[in-house]
Amino acid sequence: MTAAALTAAQVEAAPMLEARDVSRTFRVSTGLLKPKRTLQAVEGVSLLVRPGEVVGLVGESGCGKTTLARMLLGLLPPTDGEIRVVGRPTAALPRRTIAQLVQPVFQDPYSSLNPRKSIGAIITLPLRVQGGSDSATWRAQVEEMMERVGLARSLYDNYPSQLSGGQRQRVAIARALINRPRLVICDEPTSALDVSVQSQILNLLQELRRDLGLTYLLISHNLAVVEHMATRVAVMYLGRIVEEADTDALFRAPKHPYTQALLASVLTPEPGLGVPDTQLGAAYPNPLDVPPGCRFHPRCAHVMDICRTVAPKPVASGEGFVECHLYGTP
Amino acid sequence: MSERILTVDNLRVDLPVPAGTLHAVQGVSFHVDRGETVCIVGESGCGKTLTALAVMDLLPARARRTAQRLELAGRDMLSIGERAMADIRGARAAMIFQEPMTSLNPAYTIGNQLEEALLRHSRVSRRQARARAVYLLERVGITAAASRFKQYPHQLSGGLRQRVMIAMALMCGPSLILADEPTTALDVTIQAQILHLLAELQREFATGLVLITHDLGVVARIATRVVVMYAGEVVETGTAAAIFSRPAHPYTRGLIACIPVPGRTRRGAALGTIPGMVPSLVGKSIGCHFASRCDYAIDACRSADVTLEAARDAGHLVRCIRHAELPALAPTRVAEAAP
Amino acid sequence: MTQAALPRAGIPTAADILAPSPGVLLRRRILRHWGLLIGGTILAVIVLMALLAPLIAPHDPYDQDLARKLIPPIWHGGAKVTWAHPLGTDQLGRDYLSRLVYGARISLLIGVSAMLISGVIGTVLGVIAGYFGGRVDMLVSFIVTTRLSMPVVLVALAVVSIVGSSLTVVIWVLGLLIWDRFAVVMRSATQQIRAREFITAAQALGCSTPRILLTEVAPNVLNHLIVVATLEMAHAILLEAALSFLGLGVQPPTPSWGLMVSEAKGLMFFDPWLITIPGIALFALVLAINMLGDGLRDVTAPENRG
Repeated sequence: MTAAALTAAQVEAAPMLEARDVSRTFRVSTGLLKPKRTLQAVEGVSLLVRPGEVVGLVGESGCGKTTLARMLLGLLPPTDGEIRVVGRPTAALPRRTIAQLVQPVFQDPYSSLNPRKSIGAIITLPLRVQGGSDSATWRAQVEEMMERVGLARSLYDNYPSQLSGGQRQRVAIARALINRPRLVICDEPTSALDVSVQSQILNLLQELRRDLGLTYLLISHNLAVVEHMATRVAVMYLGRIVEEADTDALFRAPKHPYTQALLASVLTPEPGLGVPDTQLGAAYPNPLDVPPGCRFHPRCAHVMDICRTVAPKPVASGEGFVECHLYGTP
Repeated sequence: MSERILTVDNLRVDLPVPAGTLHAVQGVSFHVDRGETVCIVGESGCGKTLTALAVMDLLPARARRTAQRLELAGRDMLSIGERAMADIRGARAAMIFQEPMTSLNPAYTIGNQLEEALLRHSRVSRRQARARAVYLLERVGITAAASRFKQYPHQLSGGLRQRVMIAMALMCGPSLILADEPTTALDVTIQAQILHLLAELQREFATGLVLITHDLGVVARIATRVVVMYAGEVVETGTAAAIFSRPAHPYTRGLIACIPVPGRTRRGAALGTIPGMVPSLVGKSIGCHFASRCDYAIDACRSADVTLEAARDAGHLVRCIRHAELPALAPTRVAEAAP
Repeated sequence: MTQAALPRAGIPTAADILAPSPGVLLRRRILRHWGLLIGGTILAVIVLMALLAPLIAPHDPYDQDLARKLIPPIWHGGAKVTWAHPLGTDQLGRDYLSRLVYGARISLLIGVSAMLISGVIGTVLGVIAGYFGGRVDMLVSFIVTTRLSMPVVLVALAVVSIVGSSLTVVIWVLGLLIWDRFAVVMRSATQQIRAREFITAAQALGCSTPRILLTEVAPNVLNHLIVVATLEMAHAILLEAALSFLGLGVQPPTPSWGLMVSEAKGLMFFDPWLITIPGIALFALVLAINMLGDGLRDVTAPENRG
């Protein structure tokens, strides 16, 4: 085996995206005369996304998943830790190179498209930014991509306000894919859409993943969607990933009490089961005031003394890990 | 025979728009008995929210409401005046909205608003009102209720605000609660908690509950009876068990096939879809509203209006001329979906 | 689409009929908005008058003829009235119509120039503050507050009395003084656009900041900019008239509407038309611009941007 071939093989085996012990804090003011406080949005998160995987990232609002996504896209520098895309640290890469590798699809297709630009212009923008071709080639590429995501070519000169929510989300997907990125970060891609449109978009995302060999990081609070799409799931709570496992393992035997509560909260359309009692209490997690010890302990049904003072360490379990004193050696 | 709380018969809501008249609600009928939870389910634009607002007489000024019958707890609501209606709202029937922040007044404390809700409608002392407010706040799971009393809405999280809204809805002991997407803006764990609470309180206080939602999971878990709306019409109504195990209308079947269900749908397999788009409700229309998107539509579907007919189960009505043949025609889409 | 092509139960689906494009909607709204149409027409007439002044004006606005001074306008009647001077002459015998027509040039020139200068300053400051936020925003807000604490007319009077008055000085003084509204409006408009996800999407595509400002932000704040621009133009015209009236604006014998009012104030009780004619002209111009601005605000209301 030659040295060159070895390098190519290494590149193929390299993780698509890797976050190593990434943290991000914000300084926020809490009042006119009060001192600024530190908001720990993401704390010591490590995440590995291999080529071809669909990694689901679940958690409630304010758990830091959007901040993490912004860092992974290279839009926000981490305060601590390192992010690598296809083996290369993003801190050293120009933004345009990151843009070629990683692209986002956002939640709200009403906000993610510039209302003053035509559909064609919106999807052409990524090509324009990367440069290096002429407008006739661009137009052909854009129309081909529109067809691929299920948009009629005739919509090229129309404006976002003329399109339905589902069509708009298809435009956003076309814009993300036109430069053929390797990884797409989907931040709640269907939560603003109607049920029947959601299934169309999910089907489209699956189809595109197979056809274009994409890797997804799927951020969602809808566990049914994550279960349907993801091969691996990471559960985030107040800035940390508290459990990570294969989708099957996680849904069959959730380990962390928070994951258990999340899964119990999924309301499947099965009449007669009633609404489950999640036993979480009415306390709400506040990222400005992270509890000492295990950050989940004020809401945990299995809380022990040690949870209030000592932060649990990740414990390997199967393919993933869980961060909970119930599973560690005491 | 249980006590009838709400009767809605042939309710219509028309909205003038630049292009003509938008027939947003077209002859909707349903009823709610004491202790029942009726879920109105449908996608955006189907008229579910306008139906609720029409029941409460809270429609926008330009909207026109007509109905054959609209009775709340035995009182005809079509003929009563504005003042009498204002008395009914809050006292007899309370409404909970999706975003509690817009329905709570940011300038007053939680306690003040809870007390006012009761003082406006009944002759009790402020002390009694306060006692009931504290009791209800505790009942909706707000710890240290007495100290929360002095807080303003913006100091509470979304989940706590929705709990306050529920407490406020219960202040006067209404016979009916209308909740419009009460948990859509909340996180999943909070959603489950709020729905659990609503179901529990509804049993305890024996109110009628109308829950408007687009989430079939919520419907299946909480509804006694379900009203499925599409393009301004009721397309199917029946018990939750009947709707989910034997959906009779192609639209209902399509909707159920659209959602991924952990353990039931195969991972990565294509989900069911409903092709096409909702028809425009401006101007007159003939025939089944769903015909343009329906796999089973025949000429007869398009030529004449379709009425609600009885399906197999008792109380199960469906607006489809082919509902009897459908089970034999094809299985639901999920089963036929290719991997 | 033909009747036969509507197959489904006679109900056209939303998919068959695409909503009209924003451009079509805008055109429709403009044609339905009477205020905008009237304001636009009056303004167009005044602009045409200014542009074609040499063709319209029957006399040289500077030609004095003391033998023919203070001829009243034709509707007054009397022996002196003549069609040679439809609006009469002033106390120096200059043709009042000609002066009015040339005066439109001065008013519009000052209005447009001062609006452009202040527009550039205010827009740059406002967009930068709104887009970058943080310390930049604090600094810009401080500058705006400082500017707002200076009374425009007093500062203008002071400056003009120090450096002397001329058309150029008046334009620059007004331009450098009335940019505050541009800055305030552009700042909040940019902040709103900044929060939309298409800005984040553009950043994630690797767009440079100037590119984002020019191609993503600018088209979305343009409607606010046009509205403020019309209002500030009217503002500048009124300020010029005020300064000229006080003798610190445009200097005689330049025909300016403000100056015409000023020169006529001594004869107000004897020949009131000397004041009412330029007064009405000023009123009509400012009213037209304001109607146009209000109309533009109405037709570009947020619902067509969704």
